[in-house]
Amino acid sequence: MGIRLRPFPESSQTLDAKWLRGLMTLQNKTLMRHVISLLIENESGALSRVSGLFSARGYNIESLTVAPTEDASLSRMTIVTSGSDDIVEQITKHLNKLVEVVKVVDLSESAHIERELMLVKVRATGKDREEMKRMADIFRGRIIDVSDTSYVIELTGNQAKLDSFVGAIDASLILETVRSGICGVGRGDRVLKV
Amino acid sequence: MVITGAEIVIRCLQEEKVDYLFGYPGGAVLYIYDELFKQDKVRHVLVRHEQAAIHAADGYARSTEKVGVALVTSGPGATNAVTGIATAFCDSIPMVVISGQVPSAAIGQDAFQEVDTVGITRPCVKHNFLVRDVREIAETIKKAFYLARTGRPGPVLVDIPKDITAQKCEFVYPQSVSMRSYNPTVKGHHGQIKKALQLLLEAKRPMVYAGGGVVLGDAADKLTTLVRKLGFPCTNTLMGLGGYPATDRQFVGMLGMHGNYEANMGMHYCDVLLAVGARFDDRVIGSPAHFASEPRKIIHIDIDPSSISKRVKVDVPIVGDVGEVLGELIALLESSSETPDQDSLGGWWRQIDEWRRRDCLKFSQGDGLIKPQFVIQKLWEVTGGDAFVTSDVGQHQMWAAQYYKFDKPRRWVNSGGLGTMGFGLPAAMGVQLAHPGSPVACVTGEGSIQMNIQELSTCKQFRLPIKVVLLNNGYLGMVRQWQELFHGNRYSESYMDALPDFSKLAAAYGHVGIKVDKPGDVEGALREAFKQKNDLVFLDFQVDATENVYPMVQGGKGLTDMILSAEDL
Repeated sequence: MGIRLRPFPESSQTLDAKWLRGLMTLQNKTLMRHVISLLIENESGALSRVSGLFSARGYNIESLTVAPTEDASLSRMTIVTSGSDDIVEQITKHLNKLVEVVKVVDLSESAHIERELMLVKVRATGKDREEMKRMADIFRGRIIDVSDTSYVIELTGNQAKLDSFVGAIDASLILETVRSGICGVGRGDRVLKV
Repeated sequence: MVITGAEIVIRCLQEEKVDYLFGYPGGAVLYIYDELFKQDKVRHVLVRHEQAAIHAADGYARSTEKVGVALVTSGPGATNAVTGIATAFCDSIPMVVISGQVPSAAIGQDAFQEVDTVGITRPCVKHNFLVRDVREIAETIKKAFYLARTGRPGPVLVDIPKDITAQKCEFVYPQSVSMRSYNPTVKGHHGQIKKALQLLLEAKRPMVYAGGGVVLGDAADKLTTLVRKLGFPCTNTLMGLGGYPATDRQFVGMLGMHGNYEANMGMHYCDVLLAVGARFDDRVIGSPAHFASEPRKIIHIDIDPSSISKRVKVDVPIVGDVGEVLGELIALLESSSETPDQDSLGGWWRQIDEWRRRDCLKFSQGDGLIKPQFVIQKLWEVTGGDAFVTSDVGQHQMWAAQYYKFDKPRRWVNSGGLGTMGFGLPAAMGVQLAHPGSPVACVTGEGSIQMNIQELSTCKQFRLPIKVVLLNNGYLGMVRQWQELFHGNRYSESYMDALPDFSKLAAAYGHVGIKVDKPGDVEGALREAFKQKNDLVFLDFQVDATENVYPMVQGGKGLTDMILSAEDL
C-alpha cells in the first residue's frame, strides 16, 4: 500500500520470498499434470494473449498446440500444464477472463484421449537399418521418408508412448526429433463446442 | 453517409457522450485532431505529457460513473501512456485509450515513431485492438466502451493506423454489442447468497471488509444499508474508502499495512468475514499463512471469479455485481425472521471498542514543526469532509487515507494497486473538469509532485482551481521510513536536495503559491485557499521530516503484528 520500492531490490526480494512461502503453505503442494482445452476467437494476437498470461503469472506450459477448427472463426488450443489444484483453478479462471476466449475445459478432470505426433529422423545404415524398421513396426510407426543413410519415422500416440519409443531406440542414432505437442478430446458425450 | 476514419472516431466519441478527451497530438493522429477541430461537442484537454492525459482521464472516471477517454499518438505517445494505463488497470478503472499508429504499410518496418503498442500494452489492459480496416472503427470503439465499463472494469486500448483514419466508409454506430466470448456474470447465485446470509446470521464475531469494487460498482448505499441492518463492524481498503461512511460508529477505519488497530484486529479475529469487492492483497492481509492461522468462514462477493480463492481460500464464493448481490442479501435479510445474535454481537463490539481505545491514530501537534497529520485533519475540517481528494504515492497518501474521513464514494482518488507517483495532480485535473464547482484537493509530496509538475501549465490553460496540498518534508518519506526501520538509518538516495521554492514555481506558472511553516497558520492558509474559487492555490506545507506513518504492519508479517508508534520499535 502506497510505497514505491525503487532503491532496494534486496528487501523486495525477501518480501516476495515470504509471500511465496505463505502462498505455498496455503496450497496443496502436489503438482499435477493438467490438459486444458479451449476455444478462442481466431484473431491475430490471440495466441500471445494466452502465452503472455502464462509467462506473466509464472504458470508452466509443457506444450501448447493451436489450429483453426471446422468453424474458421474459432481456434482450438490444447495446453499441457502442471500445478497444484489451486494454481490450475486460477489458470482456468484467468483463461476464461481473456476477452477472446470462448470456452475452457480441463480435460484431465475426467476421461479423455490425448494424441501427439512425432517425427524422428534416425541414422539407418548397416544392421541399424533393419533394426529401425523393426522398432517402428513394433510401435506402429510409419517410415515416411527414406534415404541411403536415414529414415524419418512418424509416430502417433500419447506422450508416454512417444517417450518410450525415444527410449527404446539407440540414442546415438537419433538425428533429430520433432513433436507436435498434444491434442486432446473428451471421451463420449463430453463435447467442447460453442 | 461516407466519412473518413478520423471523423468516424470523433462521431463514435460523440455517440458515447464523451464530454472531455484528454490528449496530446502527434503525426499519427493528425487526421483525428483535424476532425476534433471541426466540432465542439467533445472538448479536448491538452496535457503536457501523455502520462498525465491517462491519469486525468482516470481521475475523471474515478470521480464519476463514466468512462475516461484519452488520445495519444504513436511511438513515444503510446509508451508515455503506458504507466497511466497500468495504473488504471491495477485499480480496474473504466477507460478507453485511442492511440495513433504508423500507416498500415509501414507497420513492422521500424518506421518513425513506430512501436508495437498492442504488444506493449497487452499485459496492462483489459483488452486491446489494432484496427485494420476503416469499416471496423465504429464497431471496435463500441466494443471498447462496452468492455471498459462492464464486468470488472478496466482500460481498453484501440490502436488505429494513420492511413485508416484517412480512408472513407459509411458510418453506422452499432446500437448494441454482443460478444460470444465475453459475458460477465451480473446476478449472484441465489443458493450461495442464501448460504451467505445464514452464515452472517449465525456469526458471533462478524466483520465486513469492503474494497474498491463497492465504489466502482456504485454499491456504497447498499453496503451501508446492509451493514447498518446487521449492526456489524465494517472496514474499508485503501481503494474502498468512502464505500462506507467514515464518520459512522460502525466504521472501524481502513485496514492493512497502515490500517487501524481495531480494523486489523477485527479482520484477524472475526469468525465470519464478508468480503465485498476486495481482493485480499498483500498490503491488506500481509502474510496469507498468518491470516489463515485463525479459523474463520469467508464469504466473498466479487465480479471477477479469478479474484476469489486467489490468495485466501473462500468458503462461500459469490460471483456477481456487488450491487446486485448486496441488494439480494438485503431483500433476503428483510424477509427473514432471524436476526443476528445480539448477545455475541454486543460482546464483539465491547472487544472492538477496547481495541479502539488504543487510539492508534493519535498524534500531538506542538508549537514547533507542522505535523503532516495535522494538515490533513485541518483539510478535512476546512472542507467539511466534502472535497474530492486526490493523492500521489507515499507517506502523504497514507496520512490522507487515515485522517480525511470520507463519507461518500468517489471522493478519494489515488493509485492503490500500482502505486504511481505523479498520479495526483493530473488526476485532480480530471476530477475538477468533471465537477467544476466542487472543491478538489491534491494531497502530495515534494517527490511525487515533481513527477508531473508540468501539468501546472495545463491547470492554467484550463483554469482549474485545484488546491495542491504539499506535505513537504524534503525526503522521499516512505522510502526514508523503511530505511529508518529496516535498513539501519541508511538514507540511500531518499533525500531530495535542491528542491525548488514551490510557491514561487506555482507563481511562475501563473498560480497562487503559499508557503506555510507554522502550525498556527495551517488552518488559515487552507481557508484562504478554498476561498479562491477561480485560482489554483499551491500550498507548500513545511512539515516535520522525522514523522513516520503508523500503525504499520511490516511487509510479509501478520496483520496483528503491528507497530503502533515509535515506542513499539
